[in-house]
Amino acid sequence: MINLLAELGRRALDFFERLGRGHLLLLSILWRQAGLVPRFWLVIQQIYSVGVLSLLIIVVSGLFVGMVLGLQGYNILVDFGAEESLGTVVSLTLVRELGPVVTALLFAGRAGSALTAEIGLMKATEQLSGMEMMAVDPISRVLAPRFLAGVLSMPLLASIFSAVGVLGGYMVGVVLLGVDEGAYWSQMQASVEIYEDIANGFIKSVVFGVVATWIAVFEGYDAIPTSEGVSRATTRTVVHTSLAVLGLDFILTALMFGD
Amino acid sequence: MQNPNNNGTLAELRGMRFARGKRVIFDGVDLDIRRGQITAIMGPSGTGKTTLLRLLGGQLKPQAGTIRVDGQDVPRLRTKPLYELRKRMGMLFQSGALLTDLSVFENVAFPLREHTDLPESMLRDLVLMKLEAVGLRGARQLMPSELSGGMARRVALARAIALDPMMIMYDEPFTGQDPISMGVLLKLIRHLNDSLGLTSVVVSHDVAETAAISDYIYLLSEGRVVAHGTPAELRESRSQWAQQFLHGDPDGPVPFHYPAPDYLEDLLAGGEAR
Repeated sequence: MINLLAELGRRALDFFERLGRGHLLLLSILWRQAGLVPRFWLVIQQIYSVGVLSLLIIVVSGLFVGMVLGLQGYNILVDFGAEESLGTVVSLTLVRELGPVVTALLFAGRAGSALTAEIGLMKATEQLSGMEMMAVDPISRVLAPRFLAGVLSMPLLASIFSAVGVLGGYMVGVVLLGVDEGAYWSQMQASVEIYEDIANGFIKSVVFGVVATWIAVFEGYDAIPTSEGVSRATTRTVVHTSLAVLGLDFILTALMFGD
Repeated sequence: MQNPNNNGTLAELRGMRFARGKRVIFDGVDLDIRRGQITAIMGPSGTGKTTLLRLLGGQLKPQAGTIRVDGQDVPRLRTKPLYELRKRMGMLFQSGALLTDLSVFENVAFPLREHTDLPESMLRDLVLMKLEAVGLRGARQLMPSELSGGMARRVALARAIALDPMMIMYDEPFTGQDPISMGVLLKLIRHLNDSLGLTSVVVSHDVAETAAISDYIYLLSEGRVVAHGTPAELRESRSQWAQQFLHGDPDGPVPFHYPAPDYLEDLLAGGEAR
């Protein structure tokens, strides 16, 4: 019993210690963002590897999610004779929820794990120590540009996801199932609000971008510098990001739409 | 021991104590690195030789004692002056620590790009000069993954001398090298030290090779300096420890057996104890 309590206490202490280290790292990354202005090419390189290389998986998933929404939405709406509202259903679901959330989950799997593995391996192969000894701060040179690139990429990827999803819904609903094309677009136009829906979805994706990239960068930097340590850190990135994104999504949704 | 104000000493450690958790790695180490010389720090694996280099470079802080490099108290330096000092200290990691996403050329150019504002043509000349010094000017386009271990260390050496440091620290430069690259590295360390007026610190347990190029040797064991002197002095030394280490005897002051309970009792304990 005492052992159990001791173990519980030890784990809680470890958890809070890591949480503290994570926040300190986030602060020092944010503190160093100003230094990226004169060397923005570092951020652009990272936007390529974090954002552009994630584009394919985002587009393909967005298309399929939109197609499924079109099909499911149609099947339910047609019972009520309301299939003209398909555009509204597809676009609101994507813009408010699935766009930011699914993008963040895919981002964790594609870009987050790659970031963790890259930084963890740089640590394991002494590249980060090497930089420190060359008087180059690894947080400003390696972590800060990757963080900013992730935060900038996520809302863009989420908007692309939603846009492609709307097209997927159109392909299934209008082209295959025969919903009126004018109704699909005009209902969408009439019901999607710029602040209520688009801006709130955008805020969500920015928050997810910060959280997902922060976790990925921290796990890499904090990884035990061995091959086992790096592989564990990579797994943790995906698991923690997914949980954080889903939990935060509920909180944000409650704050934004819970009136 | 030398006077701390003596200009002949570039780095000095006094009463330095360092522990990781409960494990004491250094307990009262006194050590001098003299300018213009190659100082070797030798000892069995696990004596914290690499840790010593990290302490010299300010990556770790000792719990007690002083570490001075070029008159500056390294553990007390704030980040900015510490980084200024590090620009004048090169370090060669055991793995080379080359940046894997940059070519050989860009790796050597890295510290120059980070710390100077040189025009591209001058930067190119400098990088080629450094690469020529280690004999790898022709390999400038290769990526680190295409290099052998010895070549990677030579590139790392070119990178370490890119900013014309006053001191270079070598972490196990000979480990895992074939005789030819070992010879190349030995020649480079000695040659660069003398021609560039450097001060070198070589951490190693390759006795014969290191002794051949070093001017002064410190032998470390169990957190202390157990013997020091020029290679000739150490060979003549009566210290049992120095003799065991230099000759590679399996038993001596460093015992063959890891500490264990009495052998007979242990065997008779049967299956009850593990």
